[in-house]
Amino acid sequence: MSKHFVSAIVNGDEVEFRCDSGETLLDVLRTKLYLTGTKNGCGTGDCGACTVLMNGRAINSCLVLGAECSDMSIETIEGMAVGGELHPLQQKFLDHAALQCGVCTPGILNMAKALLKENSNPSETEVRFGLAGNLCRCTGYDKIVRAVMDAAAEMRARRT
Amino acid sequence: MDYHAPESIHAAISLLVNAEGDARVLAGGTDVLVQLREEMIEPNHLIDIKNIAETRNISICAKEVRVGAAVTGAELGEHPKVKALWPGVVEAVGLIGSHQIQSRATMGGNLCNASPAADSVPALIAADGKVVIAGPNGERKISIEDFLIAPGKTALAIGEFVVALALPIPPTRTADAYLRFIPRTEMDIAVVSAGSAITLDEDGKCTHARLAVGAVAPTARLVKSASGILVDGLLDDDRLEQLAQATSAVCEPIDDKRGTVAFRTQVAGVLACRAVKLAWQRAMERDI
Ligand code: FES
Ligand code: FES
Repeated sequence: MSKHFVSAIVNGDEVEFRCDSGETLLDVLRTKLYLTGTKNGCGTGDCGACTVLMNGRAINSCLVLGAECSDMSIETIEGMAVGGELHPLQQKFLDHAALQCGVCTPGILNMAKALLKENSNPSETEVRFGLAGNLCRCTGYDKIVRAVMDAAAEMRARRT
Repeated sequence: MDYHAPESIHAAISLLVNAEGDARVLAGGTDVLVQLREEMIEPNHLIDIKNIAETRNISICAKEVRVGAAVTGAELGEHPKVKALWPGVVEAVGLIGSHQIQSRATMGGNLCNASPAADSVPALIAADGKVVIAGPNGERKISIEDFLIAPGKTALAIGEFVVALALPIPPTRTADAYLRFIPRTEMDIAVVSAGSAITLDEDGKCTHARLAVGAVAPTARLVKSASGILVDGLLDDDRLEQLAQATSAVCEPIDDKRGTVAFRTQVAGVLACRAVKLAWQRAMERDI
């Protein structure tokens, strides 16, 4: 196996890591950079638990190789709260009890963050559609959708 | 396995030609990485084509639109010009997977994966798309129908890879549409699908028609008789009935958990008519 030397930006910090050709970004985040907030659900792009942002777009980190990440900017759940203050999405997930076991939550928060960047005032249908690539086996989704709608409202209010 | 990221077509070809053992081309990775993980493929070399400029561009000239093989679904969906020219193709690509998948998946990869149910393929065939292939003997361009040979099998020879897909600049008053049947509302694999492109004259009469169906045979199929049924006419119930029958007649589907032979054969006819109607209506609304 060849070793690749990769430098990238993770949560705003420059990082460097070595990885094998077959190692995914998910493997790298969890086992090389010790950012275990990103979860491994299926490893095949079906569940969304591993969702992070890459150059601003939501991706499944299990479907990207570490070696593909040269010079990419990655945002994970560890970078979501800034200076100890929770992101409005995180706060609203707590307020609405939108998580139970929490395994899907980092991925859903990242996906929701990307959605709200594209559309600051989504309808409920748009939120449900946008989160269709994120599976949750606990909550039944309703509370998640409500939390995202509420966070969107708060983020709009903050901006005005 | 070794990962390579060549930066030119030439470098990619020489890697493909000189690779010892099996080499696989990687674009968005949404199929290839799954196949790797499930050990359906065990290549010695993985050749990432995303760093080659020609695979990353969308270019439009007087004759055609070229969509690089590594352009993602999200990027294609954000391109207003391609969407205006071939809305059906862009919609078909947009149906592939979740938001996360759209950020990575490519039309080129959807084609090369060669699934009988690939969403982009019937739309590409209807639009008369061509595959731009680079290889040791230079560039060649073949039709989508000729490119797809069997499930998982394409016409690519050793050392070749897909650089781009080319769509013609549509004639005046042309539009396309793609529809699929799935049992849920989103994020599913087509049980049956249909793509159509229609050109009308000033009186609203059809001058050119193409129709293709997916998931009803080992590869997506062009319904060749559609043109004879539709050209020179207006859209009426009689023609739609003929069209449904002609479509069902080209189907050779399989029975599986998604649908039976009888169901797929019938629904193909229904979807074909709906796709033609939608493309027709869009063509009528065109002012150019
Ligand atoms: S772990 Fe990546 S999508 Fe499930
Ligand atoms: S909270 Fe358990 S999977 Fe979503």
